[in-house]
Amino acid sequence: MTTPSVRRQTTDAFVQLKNVSKTFDVSAPWLNRVIERKPQSFLHAVSDLSFDIQRGETLALVGESGCGKSTVAKLIVGLYASSTGSVTIDGQDMKIALTSNNDAARALRRKVQMIFQDPYASLNPRWRVADIVAEPIRTHKLIANGAALDKRVAELLGFVKLTAKDGEKYPHQFSGGQRQRISIARALASNPEFLICDEPTSALDVSVQAQVLNLMKDLQREMGLTYLFISHNLQVVHHIADRVGVMYLGRLVEIGDKKEVFGDPQHPYTRMLLDAIPDLHMTGKARTPVAGEVPNPLNPPAGCAFNPRCPRRFEPCDQSRPELLRLKGRQVACFAASAAVSSPTLATSA
Amino acid sequence: MSRFFDSDIWWSFKRSPATMIAAVLALLFILGAVLAPLIAPHNPYDLAQISLLDSNLPPMWNTSGNADFPLGTDQQGRDILSTIMYGSRISLLVALCAVAMSIVMGVGLGLLAGYVGGRVDSIIMRIADIQLTFPAILVALLISGIGRQFVPRDLQDSLALYVIIFSIGLTGWVQYARTVRGSTLVEKSKEYVQAARVIGVSKMAIMVRHVLPNVLGPVLVIATLNIANAIIAEATLSFLGVGMPPTQPSLGTLISEGQNYLFSGEWWITVFPGIALIVMVVSVNLVGDWLRDALNPKLQ
Repeated sequence: MTTPSVRRQTTDAFVQLKNVSKTFDVSAPWLNRVIERKPQSFLHAVSDLSFDIQRGETLALVGESGCGKSTVAKLIVGLYASSTGSVTIDGQDMKIALTSNNDAARALRRKVQMIFQDPYASLNPRWRVADIVAEPIRTHKLIANGAALDKRVAELLGFVKLTAKDGEKYPHQFSGGQRQRISIARALASNPEFLICDEPTSALDVSVQAQVLNLMKDLQREMGLTYLFISHNLQVVHHIADRVGVMYLGRLVEIGDKKEVFGDPQHPYTRMLLDAIPDLHMTGKARTPVAGEVPNPLNPPAGCAFNPRCPRRFEPCDQSRPELLRLKGRQVACFAASAAVSSPTLATSA
Repeated sequence: MSRFFDSDIWWSFKRSPATMIAAVLALLFILGAVLAPLIAPHNPYDLAQISLLDSNLPPMWNTSGNADFPLGTDQQGRDILSTIMYGSRISLLVALCAVAMSIVMGVGLGLLAGYVGGRVDSIIMRIADIQLTFPAILVALLISGIGRQFVPRDLQDSLALYVIIFSIGLTGWVQYARTVRGSTLVEKSKEYVQAARVIGVSKMAIMVRHVLPNVLGPVLVIATLNIANAIIAEATLSFLGVGMPPTQPSLGTLISEGQNYLFSGEWWITVFPGIALIVMVVSVNLVGDWLRDALNPKLQ
């Protein structure tokens, strides 16, 4: 199965993550540790994550709750600093946006914006919508206050199918879908090139989800935006993504073109996720319910983190951790999948 | 929405007769205090108006009373009603300024502790904890005492007002700081703050423009209740002799001065300012209590 559509990892990718890890210190306070003789404990939210996003492309990250998707979003946007590794956007290391406040840092921050999950929490309840949308413009001093700013705010509200008059209202006067559109207008205000969308539709009704997703697709086409789309809803991902990355316990287990990953999933976890949806290209196939629970990330299983839940587990799985390898037009981290390609007999016995 | 909010408050106000009476009384006191120079029957501090011949007159309903002095006079012939009006002026001024000072300090430090966190948070909150281990009045006494030492003796009386405002204000900040720190921790984790950080808004601007407006609700309620406490604190300090001097007496000073004559039969000199103090504090407290309930969504 050859797929020319899988993009090669090139050095000039618009967004590049190289071996990014984020570790949180979740130890008890020092005094308690000393008294109760507890060791320090660390939560590895994201481990050794590398991927690229090309300009104008939508990469979706999927996975269960707690797998580190949102941490990735916060790492890229600069809300967290990565413990190791680097995040590069348009050739510039995101570290400068965190540590300095010079022109380059500000320009970088302007380029990268984020749309949040909860439209009820992401807008300051005491600000008028026009001020919310104008905040990035004022912060980056893109347009001086006055008629030009009002015009720009009206234009931004127009992009998301709201009127200039709506700018006079407060967020609580809008529905969830409208609020999420206000969020999008704010994210667009600084003329960003890269939008990180952290489950932007998970708090919305299904009917409104489609509306917001279509709006995001239209805006991407018109403005040439690059998206990182984080979601646990595979139908939404199928609708919007070009490429899909599947995460499990802070690591990528499979990443590739949407068609490849959804059409012929190689990692057993991807397959389980897809099987759990009743009506997405799955009609007629036998379903494996997602068995078991996500293991405690403080104490992950040895070897492949998925091995306790995996139906295709065999010898090496609890010994060593599989690398992310190119396989059938995408990258997969699974011994069983690699073995199936190299020697088909083993796959049937596994 | 704001109109609905107002009417909701108004509705709960109308349903509570005690609050209405208290509000009317509090308003009367405030008006009487603010307008004292215009409506008080005498100016007790104008030496040309007082006469020793009028001294120690009992209230007007007493047989030897004089209708000119409805609540009687003190040993210097000053009208008690007028001294109460002028005294509440000072009591209210001290209380309002002290509460304002507590709010500015407490809200500022609470916001800083909650938003910046880490070591700043630990230092500010430990200072607050230490201050809470002493009774507020003791701290105020201490500050007031130290404050006086720094003021030249001949200026002590004229600066007494500022010293007492400072000492009461400095004792009150902890409550605001704790409340605001708590609300700030909640607000800080909300996505609109993260959104502002992603945009690149500075820490200071996020604290002042985003977080501050969202944490001020409970502060209003505490402030109302604390005005009553500040009035009492001022009266206590003045009663103990470290507050307002007899030349500019507050209610506390009047009570303190008058109690010397209590056992020689001139009870009205101390009892009337005492009643005034009680009524003022209770009515402000009742209004504060009602405000706390009316603004609490769980009780609506």
